[in-house]
Amino acid sequence: MSEYLLLLLGAALVNNVVLVKFLGLCPFMGVSKKMDGALGMGMATTFVLTLTTAATWLLEHWLLAPLGIQYLRILAFILVIAAVVQFTEMVIRKSSPALYQVLGIYLPLITTNCAVLGLAILNVQEKHAFVESLLYGFGSALGFTLVLLLFTGLRERLALAQMSDMLAGAPIGFITAGLLSLAFMGFAGLA
Amino acid sequence: MKLFKLRGGIHPEGRKASSADRAIRALPLPPRLYVPLQQHVGAPAKPVVQVGDTVLAGQLIGAGQGNISAPVHAPTSGRVVAIGDHPAPHPSGLSAATVTIAPDGEARWFEHDVPADPFALTPDDIAARVGAAGIVGLGGATFPSAVKLKLSRKSGVDTLIINGGECEPYLTCDDRIMRERAAEIVAGIRLIQIAVGARHALVGIEDNKPEALAAMRAAAAGTGVEIRMVPAMYPMGWDKQMIQALLGREVPAEGRSADIGVLVHNVATAWAVQQTICLGHPLVSRIVTVSGGAVAQPCNLEVPIGTPVQALFDACGGFASTPARLVLGGPMMGHQLTHTSVPVVKGSSGVLALTQAEIGLTRPAPCIRCATCVRACPVGLLPLEMAARIRTDDLSGAVALGLKDCIGCGSCSYVCPSSIPLVHYFNYAKGELMAQARSKLKQEATKKLAEERNARMERIAREHEEAAAARKAAKAAREAAAKAAAATEATA
Amino acid sequence: MIVPILSLTVLGVVLGLILGLAARYFKVEGNPLVDELEALLPGSQCGQCGYPGCTGAAQALADGTAPLTLCPPGGRAVVAALAAKLGVEVDLSGVQDAVPSIADVREELCIGCTRCYKVCPTDAILGAAKHIHAVFKEACTACGSCVDVCPTEAILLRQVPPTLQSWSWVKPGSQPLAANEGALAA
Repeated sequence: MSEYLLLLLGAALVNNVVLVKFLGLCPFMGVSKKMDGALGMGMATTFVLTLTTAATWLLEHWLLAPLGIQYLRILAFILVIAAVVQFTEMVIRKSSPALYQVLGIYLPLITTNCAVLGLAILNVQEKHAFVESLLYGFGSALGFTLVLLLFTGLRERLALAQMSDMLAGAPIGFITAGLLSLAFMGFAGLA
Repeated sequence: MKLFKLRGGIHPEGRKASSADRAIRALPLPPRLYVPLQQHVGAPAKPVVQVGDTVLAGQLIGAGQGNISAPVHAPTSGRVVAIGDHPAPHPSGLSAATVTIAPDGEARWFEHDVPADPFALTPDDIAARVGAAGIVGLGGATFPSAVKLKLSRKSGVDTLIINGGECEPYLTCDDRIMRERAAEIVAGIRLIQIAVGARHALVGIEDNKPEALAAMRAAAAGTGVEIRMVPAMYPMGWDKQMIQALLGREVPAEGRSADIGVLVHNVATAWAVQQTICLGHPLVSRIVTVSGGAVAQPCNLEVPIGTPVQALFDACGGFASTPARLVLGGPMMGHQLTHTSVPVVKGSSGVLALTQAEIGLTRPAPCIRCATCVRACPVGLLPLEMAARIRTDDLSGAVALGLKDCIGCGSCSYVCPSSIPLVHYFNYAKGELMAQARSKLKQEATKKLAEERNARMERIAREHEEAAAARKAAKAAREAAAKAAAATEATA
Repeated sequence: MIVPILSLTVLGVVLGLILGLAARYFKVEGNPLVDELEALLPGSQCGQCGYPGCTGAAQALADGTAPLTLCPPGGRAVVAALAAKLGVEVDLSGVQDAVPSIADVREELCIGCTRCYKVCPTDAILGAAKHIHAVFKEACTACGSCVDVCPTEAILLRQVPPTLQSWSWVKPGSQPLAANEGALAA
């Protein structure tokens, strides 16, 4: 039980997908201006990540490995991820048109979010069992949502601050992201 | 006598001594009086005189309209020479509807009935007389007093507080009126007490006015009106701050003092009530402090409503030096005057001519987040956070932080080490919110009109169609009948 | 060779089937956003945005092909409401409320043709044939439809001067302080 908890925490904090592994930076910078959008993005990504880690594990262990066609892994994984994202898009469009509008282009872009594909492949590399894969995916998604919300909170405050035009907007965002990343590196000491 | 702890507040230099020690003088009548028809919160009064009419002092010249409004009276006898726009005592410097009177110098009073025993009047009668006399809150809020009396009676107010705080620097008009007319004020307090049915009456006076305190104590002896000393600080004259200091009760956010059973009136309002009920004089004059470093002889004047500000400065020996800024009201909450032809109105407590050294204008610097403004805010808001949101056009964010509870006292701007015009941001945001609300109302009205028009157009089109169809049917029937007739004829 | 081709094909077909079913189950009738957006627009169908009426404008907004600032009579209030509904940020400082104005009939030129009266979307013009027309101040939205149809150019949009009630403070920093200070010396 405790190793599962460690896996979950480790994936969320110590090996944070955004700030330590530097995966999924596109929505991290793109959807971090407003708290509502960030929360929606975090939830959508959590949904997609958890579902894809499960689907890709099944695909790897029931189809690719038995048939010996692991060289098709990236291709097959992308296919599954794209399908899951499409499905998520339909669900969101039905349940919350406003959130659909807020997420805009970033919603279909979850397909190309390297965090999603990266985690699926990492799961295979680390030889995780099914439950472990799920926890690893879910933990990473939690970590993604956590840092997205933290960063959004910071950017909302930065938007109020007076600063030179040279720094305002994206530049100060990148500097803040760097500092946040340094802070998260500190979790490595816990491992 | 317990005093309660207060939140926030600042201690600006009083600068009251120059005008506090001189007795109130009556101002000689100016050649023209410009009496604006709106000197109160609510709907403007409607003129009931015409150009060329002769009016007597205290005669009605503008009748109140609607629930929240106040009538306006002629300050002296004379002739109405114009009804039209004149620069209004307003920060915008815009003009407003004004009745101009040329005084005849005789000051003949309009006959008003005076009750034999004012203290035997019924509460409704007192409220009606106060309303008819056009009395408004003379502390500067200018809310019609009669409306306050009626509402307070309805909501069951148990404590009447008379505000003798006068916390604004420079202003001493309330101080002087308490020193010189304490007996009248106490009579006025008792009348207001009868009008609202309040069991207790308290007067709060700041500890920097010992003479006023002594005079009021002497006058109130044996009347049941309690005089209390409160510490001098700004904004002690804010009604909710005064309530907190005297009673330890806090008015809820976006609420009114009546919600906690308290009614607050200014000392000058109490005096005006006594003048109306006991002498039959409506509100046609008020005490105005003329002060500031640029004024030769600062003092307090009893001024007919409508007197141009220039006449007040002239009566005080003119300017000793060129003023850097003219202010109507106190230096904290008053507003800048662009010229001196603006008239004194019911809510004008002072006119100040300040020197450059007194205003000490510096350029705003960026916020250093020292939170001095948070400590100074008497409402307990976060001025720096609200201003930052307003600066980036996030008005709803500012409202969420309590913008609507801001009283615009200016304590935050006063203490800001970066000289950020915080209260200006809040005034701007409040105006912007009002404008948005207005435009929303207008839009809803437009929408309704457009929908009604569309419905009408559809109905007309439908009726046309129906009429056309009916005509067609009638024609067809006629033709069929003709055909049938022809057929019968042919067979016959 | 055949195995990878077959397996990928099967995978594609299965996923396609699932998505097809999901699309049927989660079908969205029309776009509910359009109705919500239309409710926020003034509804006077004045056409100043360039779309055929407010429904067209709402459709364009929902599709993302029109800027939020498309509605001149709505002013900043409408832009703010639309931005809140769509959850996007919009720079309100660029949007100026049109200077409040109303249509004004010049009596010496009006021939009482009733054309303006017929096109007014808010019934703000009062008149009858061969009589001089008049404008209801409260109902006029300054959409300008009447100006376009008047054959004698008797209708003009006139700015409404600010009153004490409508005046408000300007934003600090948007106007140099000196403008206020200099007035005394002048």
